Amino acid sequence: MAKSIAQEFTKGLWQEIPPFRLVLGLCPTLAVTKTVENGIGMGVATTFVLVFSNILVAALRKLIPSKVRIACFIIIIATFVTVVELLMQAYAYGLFMKLGIFIPLIVVNCIVLGRAEAFASKNGIVASTADGLGIGIGFTLSLAALAAVRELLGSGSLTIWGDLSFQVMGPSFKPFTFMIQAPGAFICLGLMLCLMNLVGSK
Amino acid sequence: MNEMVKMVVVLTVLSCVSGGSLAFIRQNTARQIEYQQLKFVKGPAIMAILKGISNNPIEDRFKIKDGEVERSFYVGIVDGEPKYVAFESSGGGFGGPVGLIIGVDLTTDKILGVGVTTHSETPGVGARAKTDPDFVAQFGGLPFKGEFKVTTDGGQIDALSGATVTSRGVCAGVTEAIKIYERLKDQIKEKVKAFK
Repeated sequence: MAKSIAQEFTKGLWQEIPPFRLVLGLCPTLAVTKTVENGIGMGVATTFVLVFSNILVAALRKLIPSKVRIACFIIIIATFVTVVELLMQAYAYGLFMKLGIFIPLIVVNCIVLGRAEAFASKNGIVASTADGLGIGIGFTLSLAALAAVRELLGSGSLTIWGDLSFQVMGPSFKPFTFMIQAPGAFICLGLMLCLMNLVGSK
Repeated sequence: MNEMVKMVVVLTVLSCVSGGSLAFIRQNTARQIEYQQLKFVKGPAIMAILKGISNNPIEDRFKIKDGEVERSFYVGIVDGEPKYVAFESSGGGFGGPVGLIIGVDLTTDKILGVGVTTHSETPGVGARAKTDPDFVAQFGGLPFKGEFKVTTDGGQIDALSGATVTSRGVCAGVTEAIKIYERLKDQIKEKVKAFK
């Protein structure tokens, strides 16, 4: 292994940051980023699933027959997603009501299966943990950034977590409601991808 | 052949471990989830119906077995006496069952209020049963007995215009609640004594 653990971790934050560099997991990215709170909540839930599924896949990689590996990965991922769903219902019901169907849909998030298949099934537990954590935090940051732009323009506020909400724009600001609708999500993501490519190409 | 066996064994073991651990987590979070649902979904409806109480009806609740099902009852304490009780019922609406919370004054057997909780009625039409406070307010103060019907069926409740089916559903739900109440009245009165 040429790369160090620190490199495995930091690559998820910039080099391979989803969804900007790895253009995967677009469904939750576009759907939930109406407020920063939703973005962070979704990101944290996905990070949890990513880290634990990576650990388990890495630990079992020598036991899992290659013909049924995808089925095994899906069982592992689905288990952790259900755990997240139950825990969120029990301890963060308000967030659960906002994210709704998108929590169970983490199962089909390509990032999670992608990391299990592309990384965790070929690397050790420590490296896989670092990879999952890095990609997960990168995903959370991306969602928060996208949500911040959309919420700021669409509602004129920033809702970080629970009651920690700021009305950034003054009362004379007319909310650009287009931004919190689906087309606004696509355009905002497109512009941010473009910006990332512009910065990254130098 | 050997590989075949290995595939079956690995998948089976993995599924069993997964199912087992999920069952364990579900069991351990069930109470907390029930509490959260009460707090966020049913709680506000109960609080709106049981006015002027000094306790938290979500915490002061009890269950009674009614045939096959277990029903939850939420107690409201006024001046130190468990005077009110709220419980759930449902009636068939236009798009599925309309879930109701009904509050009853135990001393007078009168309806305190009715609130719609879960439903799948048409937004802007049947859904007004939940959003239009004037509709459910018609039930307030009426004696909690007999049968409730909309005026077009010869009853006492004015239906929401354009949403007669939903209105009938709500009336049927209240009528159902009366039957539940009459069936379990003695047990309810016995159980609320514990909340003095």
